[in-house]
Amino acid sequence: MDWQAIWLTARLAAIVSGILLVISLPLAHWIVFSRRRWTFLVESIVSLPLVLPPTVLGFYLLMAMGTRSPIGRVWSEWAGHPLAFTFEGLVVASLFYSLPFAVQPIATAFSQIDPTLREASATLGASTLRTFFRVVLPLSIEGVIAGVVLSFAHTVGEFGVVLMVGGNLPGVTRTVSIAIYDHVQALQYREATMTALVMLAFAFAVLLAVYGLRRRPLAAAPMA
Amino acid sequence: MIRNTLWAVVLACALPAWPIAQTPKQLRIAAASDLQAALPDIVRDFERSAPVRVTVSYGSSGNFFAQIQNGAPFDVFLSADVDYPRQLADAGLADPSTLQLYATGHLVVWARRESKLDLSRGLAALTDAKVRHVAIANPKYAPYGRAAVAALRAARLYDAVQPKLVMGESLAQAAQLVESGNADVGLLSRSLVLGPTLKAEGTYADVVVAYPPIDQAGVVVKASREPALARAFIAFLRRGDTGRQLERFGFALPRR
Repeated sequence: MDWQAIWLTARLAAIVSGILLVISLPLAHWIVFSRRRWTFLVESIVSLPLVLPPTVLGFYLLMAMGTRSPIGRVWSEWAGHPLAFTFEGLVVASLFYSLPFAVQPIATAFSQIDPTLREASATLGASTLRTFFRVVLPLSIEGVIAGVVLSFAHTVGEFGVVLMVGGNLPGVTRTVSIAIYDHVQALQYREATMTALVMLAFAFAVLLAVYGLRRRPLAAAPMA
Repeated sequence: MIRNTLWAVVLACALPAWPIAQTPKQLRIAAASDLQAALPDIVRDFERSAPVRVTVSYGSSGNFFAQIQNGAPFDVFLSADVDYPRQLADAGLADPSTLQLYATGHLVVWARRESKLDLSRGLAALTDAKVRHVAIANPKYAPYGRAAVAALRAARLYDAVQPKLVMGESLAQAAQLVESGNADVGLLSRSLVLGPTLKAEGTYADVVVAYPPIDQAGVVVKASREPALARAFIAFLRRGDTGRQLERFGFALPRR
């Protein structure tokens, strides 16, 4: 069993879904509640990784991280090492890769809130921030949880991008999906099966949680 | 208008049938990625010599080995070693009588042109403090990765270089990690760095320490639907003019 790869993947997914939560709350808020006409443009950009093949994303990231690109050079000089082949590099790649899986459920939940509730809060003198934490967030907590769970799961399942920018370093960039691929390539089907079963169980548990949560009536939803 | 649409529909239905009628035979080759630069010309010559359409998939030899074991529809397997084809033959998945050495590959140290690394130092250049990442093919399933590790061990540099190693899932991916400027230097095959892309973008030095020779063999897959053509292709690899093409890309030829 690849405990090292499993632990690495869990850490990666936890960090990525945590950062994505912080990014996605204001982003989804802006997309849903802004009156600007070009929110759809931002929405489209955020959703790009949903439809792009991971190899396209991996290819661009590899090019961007290399010393031939200005971004890659600036990072290399600042950090003292290139971004590719590092854990931070995987975090950055995964942020792009999993962004829509965090933003979309949260934005959907926001958009289903009765506008009169927010208006009432504003009329009573609450600031946008206060309204957000006292009205919007409690009412959309299921969507927020779904966003965190889905971005976590999607990061766990990431393969193509990691294969392209990771360099397959044990304990640093060899995630579970890469470890399984390695085992299969080397015909170590027994090891591959063991690790794959863990992934299967995990994926099923995630979906049970997401769909179980969705079935629950609104009144019984946990309050923040 | 309607007539035009009708014609378009008729044409669209007829088009897919047309090439099948023209070229009845298809040969599918699984080739080690170190052949990526040399093989296209050879394939084109072969297609001129016989009414056949050849499609080539490039990847790591170990990958194809696993795929063929699981019934991948290839006719010819050109490995970057001898072990994989031999194991397929032993397992009854390839025709042992067709097992044939076609070339011997060479390991090189390759870096981008703007690199300030002194490649004339050979493998010792990899210990330079400027070198942060050394790209190799994954030794678990790529023969050139195994050769790279063997060469580093032979030069007693493995322990010093090991922390810098990053692995591509094939030789071609290892090359791409260096070419894109993410890894500083790569241990690649001479045949690959003599290909048009890498040749223009970097410089190389031969690895001179003794490492086990990278003898490369091909074999006809047992399940091939075109065994005669597949055999012909393996024989074609041993022809003099084909050999000269392989030599042009830095391969050495097996003794006759």
